[in-house]
Amino acid sequence: MYSDKVMDHFQNPRNVGEIENPDGVGTAGNPTCGDIMKLYIKVNDGKIMDAKFQTFGCGAAIATSSMVTEMVKGKTIEEALRISNKAVAEALDGLPPIKMHCSVLAEEALQAAINDYNERLTKKNNE
Amino acid sequence: MRFVYLDHAATTPTDPEVVKEMLPCFTESFGNPSTLYKIGREAKKAITLARDKVAVAIGAKSEEIIFTSGGTESDNFALKGVAFANEQKGKHIITSSVEHHAVLETCKFLAKNGFEITYLPVDKYGIVDPEDVRKAVTDKTILVSVMQANNEVGTIEPIAETGKIVKEKGIYFHTDAVQAIGAVPVNVNDLNVDLLALSAHKFYGPKGVGALYIRKGTRMMSLINGGHQERRRRAGTENVPGIVGLGKAIELAVSKMEERSKQLTFLRDKLINGILDNIENVRLNGHPEKRLPNNANFSFEFVEGESMLLNLDLVGVAVSSGSACTSDTLEPSHVLSAMKVPIEIAHGSVRFTLGKNTTEEDIDYVLEVLPPIIKKLRQMSPLREGLDLNV
Ligand code: FES
Repeated sequence: MYSDKVMDHFQNPRNVGEIENPDGVGTAGNPTCGDIMKLYIKVNDGKIMDAKFQTFGCGAAIATSSMVTEMVKGKTIEEALRISNKAVAEALDGLPPIKMHCSVLAEEALQAAINDYNERLTKKNNE
Repeated sequence: MRFVYLDHAATTPTDPEVVKEMLPCFTESFGNPSTLYKIGREAKKAITLARDKVAVAIGAKSEEIIFTSGGTESDNFALKGVAFANEQKGKHIITSSVEHHAVLETCKFLAKNGFEITYLPVDKYGIVDPEDVRKAVTDKTILVSVMQANNEVGTIEPIAETGKIVKEKGIYFHTDAVQAIGAVPVNVNDLNVDLLALSAHKFYGPKGVGALYIRKGTRMMSLINGGHQERRRRAGTENVPGIVGLGKAIELAVSKMEERSKQLTFLRDKLINGILDNIENVRLNGHPEKRLPNNANFSFEFVEGESMLLNLDLVGVAVSSGSACTSDTLEPSHVLSAMKVPIEIAHGSVRFTLGKNTTEEDIDYVLEVLPPIIKKLRQMSPLREGLDLNV
């Protein structure tokens, strides 16, 4: 039911783990089935230099987590914000319709991580 | 790569001995059992023989056995058949919250058609308390339906006790024995049941055939109208090869039950102990003793079921899961929910169901490949021991 790309990212997920002293951390929970994704980003000069994830979820959730970390690396914050769950799913050669909601997890975790980064930045600037 | 099939609760391979008995029915004695000439009579005789075998296997009379297309149809027939034939007496039906969907969805349908359904709770092992059944009975109750053994967690229900209570009250009692045949003793009189559903492909028979036991004197409505087949209760030209296969399969299942159960229990316990001893944060779902000899259902904390299932499949092990992610409704298993298993624990559930061809090497293999899979997925998981799961 999954594409070869999904299975590849599921079997060999890229960028698993935590980043020490991250510049942003985002957590997203999936209201549909109850899964959780945590995304860490390291930012330098407005550019995402590194991204890592931890996911509790199905094959599609793990594969989309892995893919989104690959996609954001090297992107500016503005570019990263434009990554939609559909784009992640497409990069994986598609997901079964019932699994599309899992890719929403990736988009939301990424946005949460960027929000966290922006908040930290504002706080720092105000200090 | 080794292939280890551990999903026998889903279906079993058809026994070659069963296939052998079925084959002539396709090509030689292919006659319609309703016809009078020789090959028709042969087919009719084959059905009669199969009916006798099913009856003997469950302690019933031959005329009390109706052949159907499987467990789902048998459950539908039992519930709808009794409900619509007895509604002038009352429109109340009692069942449990851990039944198979064949029963639960039929109850939903009946509820839409004016029947009132009581879904009894279960304890943490999935057991329906017979006293709860007694308390739920009203003067409008016409039918009680509780399964003999649970397909997900393997818990065996105290059907004989429940049956006794239901009988005293003069109400019909149906049990879904689909998982029980060939695993534990099934006798309609010992169990005090009026109706009992079974399905051939769960005990090494073919798919697409099952039976419903209907105690003599039970007021039933026909589910399928047409010709005179199956005492007019289930019309349509009989699935002769399937029925013959069912007959052979149930004969084998019952005659080999003791021997197989012993072997399965040994292997199941080896698997259970091997997993509980070698992997942390695991729990066994279902009753520790009152469980089917072939069922081991675990929850591995901090990991999700589908990802375990896929990883096991990659190393040749076929299992199933009660995780929300594996169901097409994206809801966790209703059985685990009824047992009050927390949702995130239900999420990490995996069911292993062994079969007659499962070997000790198969179990050793699972015990070898499983721990690294759990480890890998836990390393990937944001959840940890002692962590608040309600993010
Ligand atoms: S995370 Fe639950 S279905 Fe994908």
